[in-house]
Amino acid sequence: MAAALTVDCRKAFPSRFTMAAQLTLPLDPPRVLILFGPSGSGKTTLLRCLAGLEWPEEGRIQFDSTTWVDASSNIRLSPQARRIGYMPQDYALFPTHTVAGNIEYGLSELLAEARRERVRELIALLQLQGLEQAKPAQLSGGQQQRVALARAIARRPQLLLLDEPLSALDAPTRSRLRGELRSLLTQLHIPSIVVTHDWAEALTLGDIIAVMQGGTILQTGSPQEVFSRPANAEVAQIVGIETVVQGQVVANDNGLATLSVNGTKLKSLGTDLTGSAVYVCIRAEDVLLEQTGSGVTSARNHLSGSVVEMQQQGVLVTVTVDCGFPLRAVITRGAREELGLKVGSAVVAAIKAGAVHLVPRSAA
Amino acid sequence: MNWLAIWVTIKLACLTAGVLLVIGLPIAYWLTFSRWRWKFIVESVVALPLVLPPTVLGFYILVAIGPHSPIGRFYTDMVGHPLPFTFEGLLVASIFYSLPFAVQPFATAFEQVDRRLIETSWTLGVSKLKTFFQLIVPLSTAGLITGAVLSFAHTLGEFGVVLMVGGNIEGETRTVSIDIYDEVQALNYAGAAKTALLLLAVSYGVLLLVYAMNRKVWGAWPQR
Repeated sequence: MAAALTVDCRKAFPSRFTMAAQLTLPLDPPRVLILFGPSGSGKTTLLRCLAGLEWPEEGRIQFDSTTWVDASSNIRLSPQARRIGYMPQDYALFPTHTVAGNIEYGLSELLAEARRERVRELIALLQLQGLEQAKPAQLSGGQQQRVALARAIARRPQLLLLDEPLSALDAPTRSRLRGELRSLLTQLHIPSIVVTHDWAEALTLGDIIAVMQGGTILQTGSPQEVFSRPANAEVAQIVGIETVVQGQVVANDNGLATLSVNGTKLKSLGTDLTGSAVYVCIRAEDVLLEQTGSGVTSARNHLSGSVVEMQQQGVLVTVTVDCGFPLRAVITRGAREELGLKVGSAVVAAIKAGAVHLVPRSAA
Repeated sequence: MNWLAIWVTIKLACLTAGVLLVIGLPIAYWLTFSRWRWKFIVESVVALPLVLPPTVLGFYILVAIGPHSPIGRFYTDMVGHPLPFTFEGLLVASIFYSLPFAVQPFATAFEQVDRRLIETSWTLGVSKLKTFFQLIVPLSTAGLITGAVLSFAHTLGEFGVVLMVGGNIEGETRTVSIDIYDEVQALNYAGAAKTALLLLAVSYGVLLLVYAMNRKVWGAWPQR
């Protein structure tokens, strides 16, 4: 069997929830797995079980050929023995240590010279030059995050565990660091598990997404698969984005970007991502359906296509339109009757440029 | 002023604070981080000297280290003389008597160290013992100094336990508080006043130091 991390464990929190998670992460080539879900869904608990900070009551955690946890034979490998890099939410930097002191904290088995060399390397990699002697309290949120990352990867861990790596930052910093973190994870080439509740973060960072709710993993798959083809209504509700397709930014002028998705042209609000691959994300409630040939609207995107599927849920109908790519729209039952929609009907889907969200996707 | 009594008292207080720093740290660590459900039993035992009359505590210690107990017999066999009414016996009693004054501030300080820092240290491959010295101790210095200083100050003024276990042997077990009592019994109020003032000044100075350093650490059991 190829090297993998396999998890099948259970831990009950009386009066809250029971975590019962099954997961497999192939280790070669290293990939980034996202644990995605709302708060209280058990993501952090699962991550802490992997770090050795919580003990499952039942089940196993196996990393390649090493058993980390086997409840039935009472095997519990300590966090010290797992050779992991763990970054908790809010970073937990050691306040009594400097930046350099934090980074070299776990490197005591190296000789002094090798340790200094490793710290220099990491300071350069994470662009922390000049801050070596600063205390964590003197750093900005973004700098703290980079120090915590440097500390987590200093020992060259075999598994990297990041708990909400960007949530402690303000929104502009967060969106800037998302891309940086993605390229860093790609460069590091370490199997990683990242906990997040933010869909943009999940799409940017993840190779595989595991959707969690109520302590269980509901669906695992590629980002596109999970977002565009949720396994059930619960997953669909958690991910909240019905259309996620890969596209390319082909032009950018006057604050309006032109995208190409499977040959179909789309407009979105300006971006500095010209020429790059992106995930194009559209919520179903942002899509209007019109009959062909109807009037001009303020929406920048009018995509002609035909209805390929309709699913009724209460008073709402989710309509999938093939307009070069599958696009989902949600309309009321009354609207469907008025438009006389059937599978095969020709329609125009109107989407405002502002409702087309782009998530950068540098080639991994 | 009885300088010999002052010397015995200071020696006793320093040694008590020193020993409590060594044995109080593991007890406080265990009390803070153990998940054992019956932990409160040990907590109560440690806190007992706070409420027990010193004579009662002194009586039990006297019996426990006396020549009829296994501990007392073992000590006599090893050293050649019994433990009660010696400086060493007095030291043992002082350690028990001041235990909560060291352990409680230590435990309060450990309690205030963010658990996530400790856990992160473990995930970086650092053992629990090393994490204690590299991370927990530097973050708890105020509490550690408070515990040491309070046990020092508390030992300075002990009376009942000293009388029960140490007796009143000049140069060996006669401490300042016993000396003051003797002076008053002999109606030498002037001599008693000088010694009492010294004890008051030292105790007040020590408490000033503690309060100024960290008010939060001084208190009963850690908030939970």
